[in-house]
Amino acid sequence: MNSTIIEINSLRKDYHVGEVTVHALRGVELKINEGEFVAIMGASGSGKSTMLNILGCLDKPTFGDYLLDGINVNTMNKDAVAKLRNQKLGFVFQAYNLLARTTALENVELPLFYNPKVRSKDRKEAAVKALEAVGLLDRMHHMPNQLSGGQQQRVAIARSLVNNPVLILADEPTGNLDTRTSFEIMELFQDLNEKGRTIVFVTHELDIARFATRNVMFKDGKIYRESAVSERLNAREILKTLPLEAIEEFD
Amino acid sequence: MNYSNLFRIAIRALIRNKLRAFLTMLGIIIGVASVIAMLAIGEGSKQKIRGQISSMGTNMVMVMPNFQRRGGVSLGSSSSMALKYTDVVALRSEATDISSVSPEVRASGQVIYSNQNTQTTIYGVSEEYLSIKKLEIISGRFFNANELKNMSKVCVLGQTVVENLFGVKADPVGLSIRIKNLPFLIIGTLKDKGESGMGQDEDDLILAPYTTVQRRLAAIDYINGIYASALSEEKSPAAIAEVTEILRRTHKLKESAENDFRVMSQSELLKTVSSITDVMTYLLGAIAGISLLVGGIGIMNIMFVSVTERTREIGLRMSIGGRGKDILKQFLAESIILSILGGMIGVIFGYLLARLAGSLMSTVAIVKTQSVFLAFIVCFIIGVFFGWYPARKAANLNPIDALRYE
Repeated sequence: MNSTIIEINSLRKDYHVGEVTVHALRGVELKINEGEFVAIMGASGSGKSTMLNILGCLDKPTFGDYLLDGINVNTMNKDAVAKLRNQKLGFVFQAYNLLARTTALENVELPLFYNPKVRSKDRKEAAVKALEAVGLLDRMHHMPNQLSGGQQQRVAIARSLVNNPVLILADEPTGNLDTRTSFEIMELFQDLNEKGRTIVFVTHELDIARFATRNVMFKDGKIYRESAVSERLNAREILKTLPLEAIEEFD
Repeated sequence: MNYSNLFRIAIRALIRNKLRAFLTMLGIIIGVASVIAMLAIGEGSKQKIRGQISSMGTNMVMVMPNFQRRGGVSLGSSSSMALKYTDVVALRSEATDISSVSPEVRASGQVIYSNQNTQTTIYGVSEEYLSIKKLEIISGRFFNANELKNMSKVCVLGQTVVENLFGVKADPVGLSIRIKNLPFLIIGTLKDKGESGMGQDEDDLILAPYTTVQRRLAAIDYINGIYASALSEEKSPAAIAEVTEILRRTHKLKESAENDFRVMSQSELLKTVSSITDVMTYLLGAIAGISLLVGGIGIMNIMFVSVTERTREIGLRMSIGGRGKDILKQFLAESIILSILGGMIGVIFGYLLARLAGSLMSTVAIVKTQSVFLAFIVCFIIGVFFGWYPARKAANLNPIDALRYE
């Protein structure tokens, strides 16, 4: 049941900036199992963004192995890696990165356009299903500028779900949102996680990290501390205790 | 990514920037429209000129005196005295490939009727002239052999001269006019022929017996040219050879001497004029093509702006599985759609423009299917050529940097 999704062994990443070599990652060992909800934390410059880029197959390590769902990414060429991103990964960004003047539905459909095997009828069906999963079925014909920040991030999450990925990667998904909306996004993530999705996200907010099942702290390019979350927060419970004023923003 | 998806994505991207897409296309629209219009006008005037030349008879053979040279200085052909009436006689009696021959003597001068006057050219010719030049008498008659022999002061007017002296649609037959102060009796008028291909008014002329013009008006003993009809258009080359041979003999030219005359046939002239109008058409087309090139550069410019502006979008597309070549194809598709669509609108505009210009310039503008096809092919090439570099730039972006781009 708990098969390994990510396996990283003695991974290093060096950047060459002019004549100076920056060691962004200096030997990382990490294993993430299916169904985990992992928060990667750390100060800026700790290597957490580099880690996420490598996890997302956007960047390649200088040294070491990265196995994603049993596939060694290091040995793959660019196009194969793009295909891997298209079929195995889902991305959520801090700034949502939705296409402007494009409806929520079309934004969600986007990853499937790059999969030649998906027919247009199935594409729409999958996008509607993903929007339903994030509770935005009634907004599917809205443009991003007609949606609130939280709703835009939900569309982005729906987009990351639409290809049924083995792993969802989120880069500070609540960084642009207020507290209540952040909790709502975490509620959605917890919900998805309960349904079996493996989620890895980067955050620097301690309270947001406590919604995850495991925290991985980075410092100076290495994993500094790794721990299961002992007193895990439940976003749904917390939302009940919060005042409802922010809800008006929604409907 | 399959092609229908590719085009759907590209069209969506263009629709997001409708005004910009339209303005970019405008360059191509103007370029294609002007190419189509120019080629159409060129083709139209070519066919019109050809029609006019053919209407004068494709079997016409002309003999002109050659340029006279004295010590390397060309004195022009009109002052040459090389052709004499005896040449006409020789041709009439000896040539077998031509049917009728007429001399031509030209004089220009002031023509006066009552208080009206006009400046025109008086052509001294013989009776055969009408049939050789395919002219028609609309009123009255042409002069006869007797009047030729007697140097009669009779004349036949072209319609422009009639209009200038007597007013539109007047019938001056039987009246007298003064040409260079000599009274001439008007015995007929010619049917109007319109402008010649060279923009010359073919109706601004007076025909009179060559004897009269030669002796009384020009006071010369030579003639300015000879017009003849070959038996058929196909016999024109043979007729030219025959005329040349006879004239060389009558002019007593030595074997080594150059001709002191030129023989041309109408069909040859047709070829020359066609090649001139072809050159003109290509020149016009080339000038219009430059605007098409400018339009293409406009596309490249906008595609660069578009790539820069959409760097984050490119980053996103790459992160969700777009390969470099998908991005390349997308931007290429955008520029091709822009140029082809611009081309289509341009063809329609060019067609309308050609029609308009045709009616304004009283020529027919003929849009050939080849030029439409050519326009499309050129547009496609422009789309690929000018879209390629910006598209490459987009495809080569690093997804991480692109996603972080502000």
